[in-house]
Amino acid sequence: MYKKPLPRPTLESKEFWEGCKRHELLIQRCRDCGSYRHYPRLLCPKCNSENTEWVKVSGKGQVYTWAIAVQPFHPGFAEDVPYAMVIVELEEGVRLMTNIADSRPEDLYIGMPVEVVFDDVAEEVTLPKFKPAGK
Amino acid sequence: MRSVSIIGIGTTPFSVLEGKSLKEIATMACVEAINDARIAKEDIQTFYLGNYCSGILVGQETIAPLVANSVGLRKETPCTKIEGACCSAGIAFRDAFLMVAAGVCDFALAAGVEKMTSVSTAKATEGLASAMDQEYEARTGLTFPGFFAMVARRHMYEFGTTIEQLGMVSVKNHNNGVVNPRARFRNKVTLDEVMNSRLIADPLKLYDCCPISDGAAAAVLCPTEIARQFTDKPIEIVGSAHTLGYATMYEMDSVTTILPTVLAAKQAFEMAGLKPGDIDVAELHDCFTMAEIVDSEDLGFFEKGRGGPAVEEGLTQVGGKIAINPSGGLLSKGHPVGATGIGQVYEIVKQLRGEHENQVRGAEIGLAHNLGATGQVATVHILRRR
Repeated sequence: MYKKPLPRPTLESKEFWEGCKRHELLIQRCRDCGSYRHYPRLLCPKCNSENTEWVKVSGKGQVYTWAIAVQPFHPGFAEDVPYAMVIVELEEGVRLMTNIADSRPEDLYIGMPVEVVFDDVAEEVTLPKFKPAGK
Repeated sequence: MRSVSIIGIGTTPFSVLEGKSLKEIATMACVEAINDARIAKEDIQTFYLGNYCSGILVGQETIAPLVANSVGLRKETPCTKIEGACCSAGIAFRDAFLMVAAGVCDFALAAGVEKMTSVSTAKATEGLASAMDQEYEARTGLTFPGFFAMVARRHMYEFGTTIEQLGMVSVKNHNNGVVNPRARFRNKVTLDEVMNSRLIADPLKLYDCCPISDGAAAAVLCPTEIARQFTDKPIEIVGSAHTLGYATMYEMDSVTTILPTVLAAKQAFEMAGLKPGDIDVAELHDCFTMAEIVDSEDLGFFEKGRGGPAVEEGLTQVGGKIAINPSGGLLSKGHPVGATGIGQVYEIVKQLRGEHENQVRGAEIGLAHNLGATGQVATVHILRRR
C-alpha cells in the first residue's frame, strides 16, 4: 500500500500524469514563444500564451542539486529515510523536483547524468523518477 | 503617501508558552504595544493579524475577530488575518503601514501569532509542509530543511561555501541570543557542537535549523507628523516592500538567489533613498544557517558568494560591518511562524531606540527581512530613528 501523497490529475496536469502512465515524460511547450515549462499550467509564464503543446522529451538530464532527508515531513516517508531529494535539469532546460531510483544517496553529485524511469506506485498513478544514465 | 512611524511595540517571549492559548498570547502582545504607544485601545482603527496555520495547529480559524474582541477593539474596526507562511507577519505589518500611509486611518495595529507546540512535532511539521506546492514538490518528499539543504549544496558547489561557515552562523546567533530574554534558546554553542549535532537534511544538522516555537508580537503605527505626541522615540518606516517569488523551488533561475528578497530589497532601498551600506543593524530570516548567508547576499550586504567568508571574518557580528541578527535570529530566538516578521520589527525598534539587550552602538537605521514558504514571498522593511 502506497502511503505517500498521490497526485490528483486535474485540468492542467492530466496529460502529464497520463503520459507517465504510458511511461512517457511529457513537458509543455508554448507554441508561440517556444519555451518549455514545468509544472504544467494553462498559461506560458514567459509570454502568457494559452497556445500549448505537449512534447515527449528524452528524459535525459543531470542532477542540479540534492540533499538527503533524514527527518521526514510526511509520515508516508518515514520508512524511506534517509532518502534523496533531487532537482534534475532536463536537456530541454526545465527542472523537476524528483526522486532517485537505483542509486545510493551517497553516490549523488551535482552534474551527475541521469535519465527518467517510471515507478507504477498505484493502479492509477505512475511517478517519474530518475536513475544514473546508462545503468 | 504619508510618512508612517512606529509608536508602540509588544511581544511575548518566543518559547514554549505552556498553558497559554493563541488568543491569549496574541492579546498580550497587542495590549503591550497599545500601552507602549500610550494610546487607548479604542483609538485603533484597523487591525491586521499575521498567522500561518492556526486551523491545523490549534483547530481555530477566523482568529482576527477573536483576538480583536479579546483585546477590546471597537466594533467599527476592520480585522483581517494575513497568511503568507513564515512571512505572514511581515505582510500584516506592511498592510497596516499602507493603510496609514494612504490616509485611510491614523492608528493601525499590526500583529503576528503562532501557537505551534500544542500539537506533536510530527503534526506541526506536516502543517509546515503544506506551505509548499503539494502536487509536484511535497509529493516527492521535499522538506523545508531539505529546501535549504539543496540551496546549501548548490551554494557550496558554486561559491566554495563551507559547512563550517554555515555552522558559524549558528554559533554567532546562539551567542547573540544569550542576553535576549525573548529568545527560546539562551545557551552558547560551539562550532564542534554544531558540526557534531545530528543530521536533519544532509548537509544541514540540528543546529543549522531554527526551533518550532509559540509567540506573538505587535506594533502600533501612526502618521509621523503626530508620532511625537505619543513617544519621544518614534521609529519611521522609510522603506517597505512585499514581493512574489516562484511557486516551486525547481523553477528558480538559480536556487542560490531568493528572487523575492532581491526584489523587495531593491524596492525598499529605492523608497528609502538608502543603500545596503547605510544599514547599521539587520534582522534577517535565518530559518536555517544557509538562509542567513543567502539573505545577506540577496539584500546587498555582501556580493553573491561572499556571505560565507563574511561570517567567518566576523563581519556580521555585533561590532562588525553589519550586525546581523543581534536578537539571536530565528535560530536562537525561535520561529513562531506567523509572528516572526513583527518579532523582527520589535527587535529593530528596540535597537533604534537604543534599548536593546544586545545593543548595536549608535544604531540609527535598521532592516527587517521576512521570507515565506519555499522562497515564494518576502517583505523588507527599513526603519529609521527620528
